[in-house]
Amino acid sequence: MPLSKMNNNGNLLEVTDLRTYFDTEDGIVKAVDGISFQLKRGETLGIVGESGSGKSVTNLSIIRLVPTPPGKIVSGKVIFDGQNLLTLSNEAVRHIRGRRIAMIFQDPMTSLNPFMKVSRQLMEMTRLHLGHTKQQAYEHAIKMLETVGIPDARARANNYPHEFSGGMRQRVMIAMALSCEPELLIADEPTTALDVTIQAQILELIKRLKQATGTSVILITHDLGIVAGMTDHLLVMYAGKIFEQAPTKELFATPGNPYTKGLLRSVPDPTAEQGELYQIPGLPPDVAHLPPGCPFAARCDRVQEICHREFPPFVQLTADHCSLCHFAHEVYEESRAEGARSSESNL
Amino acid sequence: MLRFILKRLLITIPTILVVITITWGLIRLAPGNFYSGEKPIPKAIENNIREKYGLNKPWYVQYGKMMGHVLVLDFGTSLKYEGQSVNGIIRRSLPVSAAIGLSAYLLALLVGITLGSLAALKQNSKLDYASMALAMVGISVPNFVLGPILVLIFSLTLYWFPPARWYGFPSRGMVLPVLTLSGIYMAYIARLTRAGMLEVLRSDYIRTARSKGLSERQVVMRHALRGGLMPVVSFTGPALAFLLTGTVVVERLFTLPGLGNYFIQASLNRDEPLIIGIVSFIAITLLLMNLVVDIAYAYLDPRIRY
Repeated sequence: MPLSKMNNNGNLLEVTDLRTYFDTEDGIVKAVDGISFQLKRGETLGIVGESGSGKSVTNLSIIRLVPTPPGKIVSGKVIFDGQNLLTLSNEAVRHIRGRRIAMIFQDPMTSLNPFMKVSRQLMEMTRLHLGHTKQQAYEHAIKMLETVGIPDARARANNYPHEFSGGMRQRVMIAMALSCEPELLIADEPTTALDVTIQAQILELIKRLKQATGTSVILITHDLGIVAGMTDHLLVMYAGKIFEQAPTKELFATPGNPYTKGLLRSVPDPTAEQGELYQIPGLPPDVAHLPPGCPFAARCDRVQEICHREFPPFVQLTADHCSLCHFAHEVYEESRAEGARSSESNL
Repeated sequence: MLRFILKRLLITIPTILVVITITWGLIRLAPGNFYSGEKPIPKAIENNIREKYGLNKPWYVQYGKMMGHVLVLDFGTSLKYEGQSVNGIIRRSLPVSAAIGLSAYLLALLVGITLGSLAALKQNSKLDYASMALAMVGISVPNFVLGPILVLIFSLTLYWFPPARWYGFPSRGMVLPVLTLSGIYMAYIARLTRAGMLEVLRSDYIRTARSKGLSERQVVMRHALRGGLMPVVSFTGPALAFLLTGTVVVERLFTLPGLGNYFIQASLNRDEPLIIGIVSFIAITLLLMNLVVDIAYAYLDPRIRY
């Protein structure tokens, strides 16, 4: 193994204090405002949050695809396998995009080029990065389409995207993203635009391919149900900030942030005989005009006077569990108490 | 596809017949006729002329005779240019119009697409503002203003190019008419290209192309251009038909012996066979070009099938 792959404590990706701002007529929108996280090789990280919380911009920032202008990566480091992607030349970043970091996007209907045969779109990847000849690339493309479970791949390769269904198109996207065996796969809401039955198939496919290739995955979603079974670690984002960060199991069992608790309560629980489904009151804040205190204060059910006045600290609860809240410890203790009660009542 | 083309060709025939019938009716409705001049001519001579050209027959006989000519695509003899067949005049004047028109067309495409794409790629830059301002001027200034201004500068002041007349193809004499003619098309194509490219460059599949690690050049040439130019394609078909069949103003301005110039002369002279001949020719060309655009669309965009 090359030396560069040995260091960084096994971290493939280290994002430090990343800030991406958008200059709009309405003022400066701090879409991503000082977030940090690490991703180990072979791990899956989930990023959860409402629309506009900055999850997609975070990942576009990692591979420097934020539309500039109006967007701009103001500061931060994105260390991928020992290299800071934010200081690399455009040329060097291009060799990483697609080859070592690949992306799958939300809407498979519009993410493939409608004017190009599917085979060509796949071949483009390996011809560019692996130096395949036309013939090699074509065979590889068919192999990839077979891998993602497209029936009769050899015949289907010569179809155009509009001749595929939504689920099949997302399979094509996955085949394309994985065709150079990237070390990191970023899946930005890969199942949001799909039917529920197809969602499960696509997630299963990503999981299976991840296990087969050892690729690290960042899974962006607003659906907590999806991340539960798929991820090792979770980030909860709100208004461009990380609100909570923990191993997935721990975050579900003992959330240390009122926002996370609210999110978890708004997932329908078929076993509970509750009447109305809980929803967090209010709307996400306008990130162009954030108040000085906690951005969630206006919607928080345990808000205190200090929350409006002072920005909350990022409190470390356990070795790998942090929460952005003035009352992180209290919330965490509450969750633990609740957890203990519910396991008692289950007995 | 073949069925579609045949069907479209069949629809073309009644369309052209309607166009010709309306044209014929309009000529008849207009006051005056081809033999009347400033001085009234004696009744006996007038009767002789009417007899010779069959104008004393009922209108449906005359209409039938005219249609008979159209259906075999032989439009008869000009009334004014005696002894010259209409087909001969079209054959002689078309190359002039086509040379000017095709050159203007290619120039407009080349400059328009280049400027439009650059403006889209460097949106809100100085280049973008400059080329869009230029395009605005190009659209706003009519060619009968642009032509004389160009003549004033490049012929009468700088003596670079001749101000008028036809010197054959290719020649320096073509430069000013071609520039005058292409101005507005250039401007229009630039704006269409910019709008089309801007829309495509923001689309999801361009982001996908970038995420694959393609260079900006590959993204634009391989992925963006095709979709971005679709609006231009639908504009250029009819534009080519108009340019090929001669533009009245520019040919008049530079006294070029093209179709457009003959068309004006024929109208002023009430030269019925020549008018019918030229109108038929323009109508057929226009309809064929529209068909070509539709076929090109199906070829360029795999989602469109007929």
